Amino acid sequence: MRVKVLFFASMREQLGGPSEEIELPASINTVGALRDHLRARGGVWETSFAPNRAVRAAVNQDMAQGNASIKAGDEVAFFPPVTGG
Amino acid sequence: MKISVQREDFDLGLEVRTISRNSKIGAVASFIGLVRDVRMTLEHYPGMTENAIRKIVEEAAGRWQVMDCTVIHRYGELEPNDQIVLVAVASAHRGDAFAACEFIMDYLKTRAPFWKKEHRGAAATWVEAKAADDDAADRWNK
Repeated sequence: MRVKVLFFASMREQLGGPSEEIELPASINTVGALRDHLRARGGVWETSFAPNRAVRAAVNQDMAQGNASIKAGDEVAFFPPVTGG
Repeated sequence: MKISVQREDFDLGLEVRTISRNSKIGAVASFIGLVRDVRMTLEHYPGMTENAIRKIVEEAAGRWQVMDCTVIHRYGELEPNDQIVLVAVASAHRGDAFAACEFIMDYLKTRAPFWKKEHRGAAATWVEAKAADDDAADRWNK
């Protein structure tokens, strides 16, 4: 299935771009599984998605935990903890 | 209710007058956040930002009497002393207006997708989230 993945702030800079369309195997159907899938690319991906890094996620523009499910056509975003206000 | 994520500056007086026109309103509490001593760039997640703020305001309206509310948050390049954020809450009485205003601000700091990058000379660094901000938001659930 195909999903759109977005990155913001320091993660956008580290990963070299704001977004990409990714074709995922059917088994990658949660936010946590997608995070592991991206980390497995190695290099900057391994660093940005390291288990000890604070990474927040949103599915279709709603904050989501690792167990949140994802389906074809979803917009999944990864970003560092927010610092607005 | 007005929620705006914008590059442009805002006018506190104008925003407060706009939400004060109903004669049942007896109190307006407002908060403005300012850039301290360093130039910064604010990034956000267009679409999600507005939705996240709307949900925070709706949650506040479920806890306190919120008769009207305006939240404005800027993004882009900001200079020291620039205004960053405005939260203004109108209610019948001050207790609700004060509490809802503070709650919205505390939740906004931890739930609205904004990120600050500070510029010092040639160096630019992303601001780290503070545990104190999480604590401030969490205390509303005790």
